[in-house]
Amino acid sequence: MKKTHKIDFSSDWNLAPAPESTTHFKLKDTYDLFINGKFVAPKSGKYFDTINPANEKVLAKVAEANEADIDSAVKAARKAYDTVWSKLSGKERGKYIYRIARIIQERAREFAVVETLNGGKAIRESRDVDVPLAAAHFFYYAGWADKLEYAFPNRKPKALGVAGQIIPWNFPLLMAAWKIAPALAAGNTVVIKSSETTPLTAYLLAEVIQEAGLPAGVVNIVSGAGLTGSFIVNHPDVDKIAFTGSTAVGKIIMKAIAGTPKKSTMELGGKAANIIFEDAALDQAVEGIVNGIFFNQGHVCCAGSRLYVQESVFDVVVQKLKDRMNSLNVGDPLDKNTDIGAINSKKQLETIAKYIEIGKNEGAEMYQPSCDLPSKGFWCRPTIFTKVSQSNRIAQEEIFGPVLAIQTFRTVDEVIEKANNTPYGLSAGVWTDKGSKIFNMTSQMRAGVVWANTFNKFDPASPFGGYKESGFGREGGVHGLEAYLKFE
Amino acid sequence: MKQIDFSNSPRIDQVGIEDRIARITARSIKKESKMQGLLMALNMIDLTTLEGADTEEKVKQLCFKAHHLHDDIPGLPTTAAVCVYPNFVKLAVNELKGTGVKVAAVATAFPSGQSSAEIKLLDTKMAVDNGADEVDMVISRGKFHSGDYNFVFDEIAMIKEACGKNVRLKVILETGEIGTLDKVRQASDIAMYAGADFIKTSTGKIKPAATLPVTLVMLEAIRDYYYKTGIMIGMKPAGGISTSKLALQYLLMVKETLGGKWLTNEYFRFGASSLANDVLLQIAKQQSGIYQSNDYFSKV
Amino acid sequence: MSRIEVLKTYKIYIGGSFPRTESGRYYPLIANKKTVANMCLSSVKDFRNAVVAARGAQGGWSHKTAYNRCQILYRIAEVLEGRKAQFVEELELQGSTKAKAQQEVDLSIDRLIYYAGWCDKYTQLYSTVNPVSGSFFNFSVPEPTGVVSVFAPQKSGLLGLVTQIASIIAGGNTCVVLAAEQLALCAVTFAEVLATSDVPGGVVNILTGNQTELLTQFAAHKDVNAILYCGKDAEMIAKIQDLAIENLKRVVIREDGDYFDEKHESPYLIFDFQETKTTWHPIEVIAGAGAGY
Repeated sequence: MKKTHKIDFSSDWNLAPAPESTTHFKLKDTYDLFINGKFVAPKSGKYFDTINPANEKVLAKVAEANEADIDSAVKAARKAYDTVWSKLSGKERGKYIYRIARIIQERAREFAVVETLNGGKAIRESRDVDVPLAAAHFFYYAGWADKLEYAFPNRKPKALGVAGQIIPWNFPLLMAAWKIAPALAAGNTVVIKSSETTPLTAYLLAEVIQEAGLPAGVVNIVSGAGLTGSFIVNHPDVDKIAFTGSTAVGKIIMKAIAGTPKKSTMELGGKAANIIFEDAALDQAVEGIVNGIFFNQGHVCCAGSRLYVQESVFDVVVQKLKDRMNSLNVGDPLDKNTDIGAINSKKQLETIAKYIEIGKNEGAEMYQPSCDLPSKGFWCRPTIFTKVSQSNRIAQEEIFGPVLAIQTFRTVDEVIEKANNTPYGLSAGVWTDKGSKIFNMTSQMRAGVVWANTFNKFDPASPFGGYKESGFGREGGVHGLEAYLKFE
Repeated sequence: MKQIDFSNSPRIDQVGIEDRIARITARSIKKESKMQGLLMALNMIDLTTLEGADTEEKVKQLCFKAHHLHDDIPGLPTTAAVCVYPNFVKLAVNELKGTGVKVAAVATAFPSGQSSAEIKLLDTKMAVDNGADEVDMVISRGKFHSGDYNFVFDEIAMIKEACGKNVRLKVILETGEIGTLDKVRQASDIAMYAGADFIKTSTGKIKPAATLPVTLVMLEAIRDYYYKTGIMIGMKPAGGISTSKLALQYLLMVKETLGGKWLTNEYFRFGASSLANDVLLQIAKQQSGIYQSNDYFSKV
Repeated sequence: MSRIEVLKTYKIYIGGSFPRTESGRYYPLIANKKTVANMCLSSVKDFRNAVVAARGAQGGWSHKTAYNRCQILYRIAEVLEGRKAQFVEELELQGSTKAKAQQEVDLSIDRLIYYAGWCDKYTQLYSTVNPVSGSFFNFSVPEPTGVVSVFAPQKSGLLGLVTQIASIIAGGNTCVVLAAEQLALCAVTFAEVLATSDVPGGVVNILTGNQTELLTQFAAHKDVNAILYCGKDAEMIAKIQDLAIENLKRVVIREDGDYFDEKHESPYLIFDFQETKTTWHPIEVIAGAGAGY
């Protein structure tokens, strides 16, 4: 490598703290289950604490649903389906969903702050990505409710009935929107379980659903851990399971419903290849690498966690990447200038720390920018590993944290082979200034979403979902409706 | 010296640049960092008048303002420089003696650059001989568009030679006439390798003048040049920057792209005429807590 | 003594503002044998100005994100919902029964929402990736035709008008509409709704006046890309078709009938004002296996 001159990023001029205000709303002390249009105490009698991962303080107590609670939720959903929702015209259904979209827009700032408090993600992301996208999802699917015949001509689409939905902790509100909006538009009723570490925005959404005047029981929202989820999966009156989470749990769910008439869609893990060719716009590619792996602290199933850089530009890309990492602010998620917030939970932090150790022990070279971390809470500096080979565990397994494994390649053939050399197939990224190369790459990638000269872009109109062990079924777009319909 | 192929400058992806800009403009610069930034911005302004109607009186007033920005507020810095046509240089140098404010002169048949090498040289010499500290030249955009990159390179090198070591040369690309970000990058590379001390976006006579995306592309070019040579080139966005908020976003972009060393008027300038008063308004607001009116701040 | 009511001046709507006709002329709008209002009798110059406004707005409107267009159409519905009473009153003034008027306004709102929903969906259903032989990525997408001149239905002053406007602007076109001559009150009031609904000025322009007088320019104006006529007059249709040939203007004929019918809710109404664009792009074939879609 030629000697290059290093840039000094220290400065006397630093950003003062700019925390988002939390005074415009008040969290409740306790959140009960939302069943049949009302907030009800759990039959389990149990509540668990939900905390702010940035300071480990308890935010609220949240009800834990047991089998009897799930049974009431499913019964409420079934009754709402039979007596009201299935009888309503698509037009009127659509108007309810539009209302949800509009109220989320009105209460956007509150949603963003609560999402950040409960999940640890930077307010910049919850404000600019999670919440507006969630509203957009409802807006988009609202419009489909009276147009299903055009989406599936000659197939006479019909709702499935009661949809059981289980969502993860990385995008709590957004995943709820991805699940609920198409289900309702297609005419189903819903029982949805939020994650045990991030249940709060789902209950804010329950308030919105109340405010929107949705008929009781059309949407039921519960919380709890894996066991609660299993009660939904195994309930005989649930027609459909939609799951987003790890591949391991996805497989358990599929075992449980094998042999039943339940339909399912699975949105599971990933280990996306992000591929930088030498003719790419390198500064923008570096920005794409950052967005790919450090967005949401790397808690993203489609994160670009395997970076492949063409050897001729490896040095300069790594140098630019390190420089860019030096201007990332790690810390208080509520601060408007924070780029990387808190790791979602202690457990996840331990997982990430374990993989960082593995990476070091396997001989890869680690780089982290020097930045102070708060003393309380769960934190991880943005981390990159160079000198990684394809067989390293950090290049093969999903870490779900801000940790990037970088390899080099020489030819197109080689990188295609390496990129596809994984049991996962959720997403991929390609960076080149040459259009014909992009289309070659997109046609060769065994992945459900390929981003070219961008990364981690989402839109309600665009289908999202995986190949291989990253799952099946698509969310978003006209494709996302299919998961919630049956055809003659 | 190794021949550099300027037709092969790095590619720029416009959408990616916009994404990066969106992250910069989402930053919140508040309280003490805002105050510090505002003072820094004032000290980086090239207070400018470049009009056909300029008179000696106007230039005198401008010079006074440059080191008396608002005497009601103690401790304010001066602007970095005043920027005038070459025929006012002598006057400006006289007016600004002992103030530390530099005198910059536009030259080389500003703003179009449509003239002969002789005249451009004479224009430059006039500015230099009259005592200008800095020369702001324009590149020949016509030649640039027709692909005659060597002509553009040689012309810059010639003007730099005329400036000598002690007069710093700012090279105006006139990005509003250049068209694409790829071309902005290419022109930046030509200017730096030809000997520019500063690269500058615009004359202020063409719209769009300076924008955040164009400036980011130029800052990244400066960074790549520094990686290779260790030489720090300055940056001057000019025209279209009239609010404090925007000025602070520029400064933050410099900090995040090039680091703290570039945050002095040695390496960063704003070419602006109305920015100073908006910054003053904001400083007064920060100090008093009350929103201000233009009526209380002198125009130039 | 009872209060003297302030009467409303009905003006036309061009480029986001409400001028009077430049001609200074008017015509009486008569219902139940009484003059209800003096409407602007728009001239060809008003039309010319409206086309300039529509052309100016077309690029910006069609380049807005589909989601944004969707939200703006939804906003029109929201604002219309809030002003229901005024529309019902005007429909009654023009001779409708209260019940029928209420129905017409309700359905107009719902129809806007129906077309709002299509804004970010129709391209997904009607675009294609074309399996050409050869290493090319080849795709076709619908794009708006451009500026549309519209002779609105004469028998359906609000619902008919809303249906035409919604289906045209949902697809990214802009339009100049001549309202129903004798049912024009709601058209002008609807313009006020548009003006307060985030619809950029010039996207919809509404004139009041006489079809026969404006026919030639509506059909012949060279900066208009399509014309919509709602009616059955064979002579009118023939003339429009003839004049439209000059610049190969697209001619769409729709009925002037019962706009309560659900058949007026269809993406194919959007397609009447769309062109198809096909793009070819090479696919590099370096890595062994032939690439293709």
